[in-house]
Amino acid sequence: MRYLAQRFVHSALLLFAVSIFSFAILQLAPGDFFTPISLNPQISAHTVASLRSQYGLDKPLPVRYEHWLRSVLRGDFGISFAYGTPVAPLLAVRARNTLLLTGTSLLLAWLLAIPFGIWSAAHRGKWSDRAGGIVTSSLLTVPDLVLFLALLLLAVRTGWFPTGGMMSAGFDDLSVAGKVKDLAIHLLLPALGLVLATLPPLVRHVRSAMIEVLEAPFVRAARAHGIPESRVLLRYALPVAANPLITLFGYSIAAMLSASLLVEMVLSWPGVGPLLVDAILAKDVYVVVGAVMLSSLFLVAGNLVADALLFATDPRIRTD
Amino acid sequence: MNPGPRSNSSQLEPLLRVSGLGKQYVRRRPFSRANIAVDAFHDVSLTVFPGRTLAVVGESGAGKSSLARCIALLERPTTGTIELAGTNLAALSRKALFSMRREVQLIFQDPSSALNPRLTAGEIIAEPLVIQGEGTNSQRRARALQLMEQVGLDPAWERKRPLELSGGQRQRLAIARALALGPHLLILDEALSNLDAANQTLILKLLTELQAAHALSFLHISHDLRLVSEFADEVAVMYEGRIVESKSTRNLFASPEHSYTRELLASVRSVESILFERSA
Repeated sequence: MRYLAQRFVHSALLLFAVSIFSFAILQLAPGDFFTPISLNPQISAHTVASLRSQYGLDKPLPVRYEHWLRSVLRGDFGISFAYGTPVAPLLAVRARNTLLLTGTSLLLAWLLAIPFGIWSAAHRGKWSDRAGGIVTSSLLTVPDLVLFLALLLLAVRTGWFPTGGMMSAGFDDLSVAGKVKDLAIHLLLPALGLVLATLPPLVRHVRSAMIEVLEAPFVRAARAHGIPESRVLLRYALPVAANPLITLFGYSIAAMLSASLLVEMVLSWPGVGPLLVDAILAKDVYVVVGAVMLSSLFLVAGNLVADALLFATDPRIRTD
Repeated sequence: MNPGPRSNSSQLEPLLRVSGLGKQYVRRRPFSRANIAVDAFHDVSLTVFPGRTLAVVGESGAGKSSLARCIALLERPTTGTIELAGTNLAALSRKALFSMRREVQLIFQDPSSALNPRLTAGEIIAEPLVIQGEGTNSQRRARALQLMEQVGLDPAWERKRPLELSGGQRQRLAIARALALGPHLLILDEALSNLDAANQTLILKLLTELQAAHALSFLHISHDLRLVSEFADEVAVMYEGRIVESKSTRNLFASPEHSYTRELLASVRSVESILFERSA
């Protein structure tokens, strides 16, 4: 249990550090949300100054940070200058959309990576394994942006898929089944993009982890006892190969989240990504910090899940 | 070196008879249709008698481990035959081969990677019994505990995992697992090489005791002539994929024929003389 508690404290400290860091970095960028307004000759310098003081932007950074931290602890993430609304509900909707997209893609990617990886490890060196290797390495060399743009092009040219958004115009009038179907159609392309972007390294890791275990003497011993090959793969090799893969699961969440920012931008999925980019361009400080915190929270939570899984599956960690 | 009476093996039926065995690995040359063929070993003939030890000695890369894998039926040899107690293994059906596997067991060099890290000591010993579908759960457990005692492991460690055991204890566990199915032939693939000197002596002693108790035959594969000379009845010297010399341990030490054998012996003697000079 100490292991998990340690991990938890570690994660909390990490989030704290991220908040300081993102606050400080934003401060380094020249100007603030009201800089464009102050350039407008029709608005007096006095008005701009009073706006700045109203939102507390005239105070020094540590004071603002302290103020922000206090309100976060109360559950208030500040106000968006651009939308004029509190940040928390704004983020909540976007977070839900991002989670839907990344969660679906993560599930799909692993559901594909594990059988593919095991299969190519079992067929190592055969033409099927080589063909798989060529496909995964070609996918690896394609930059994510190109991949997503190609998917967008596909949607535009064929008209088979919606080119953006997450629901059709008449969504509210649809039945429950119709709503699910509509959502699934909108989800398909961004999820496909994310899966294609993250799948190749996962397949390769599953494959190499399996190969390493399959060559271990204890597997050879089991083979010398006459164990059937399917049982070697699933009962002997997979559980032992699982450890590095569970750690990789944590990393795959990170990869998924960073790729999701891009896919959301290109394929107009209304997640945290587009919100964050708009907020950065507009210097909408609290939205940026909130969105960064949210992404870090997802990441940390993903790693915590991986740690908990490792704890649950590996007797060696438990005995520490 | 072993005493005389055991070297009289000519009247016995051999347990293992390997004749003309060869293994070739073929690899496709990259960007070409041509194949590269590598002979791991070539035209190897060996005989192991019941209750005896044959050592195969050679430098690394001589093809010893490939030979071990072929005899343990982990790989199919390219040429030649392997006869175990008079049965030609290549001619066996899948099913017959499956039950034949209980006759030959392997013990590996590195005991830590030879044991499934996720299983407990008790489960590891019972594993071959599970695979071969032998006995009930409680029978298998009883057998595992009995074997732990036989190899000098405390049965109270039944629930320990390999990582909680020392190197010597792990090798004992691997030996217990190898004995679970009651084999007649144990292949020791550098089984002592990873152990420290004290453990080498202890495991060697254990193996000798087990050999006497269960009438086991050993095929001991090693690069260390000094180590195998302690308990091998016969030694086959392997050099560049061939057996260059094969005779009783005593004869080999007395009259080595092949130049490589002489080199091996010279290195053993020089180690011994260094040790002798130091102790003097």
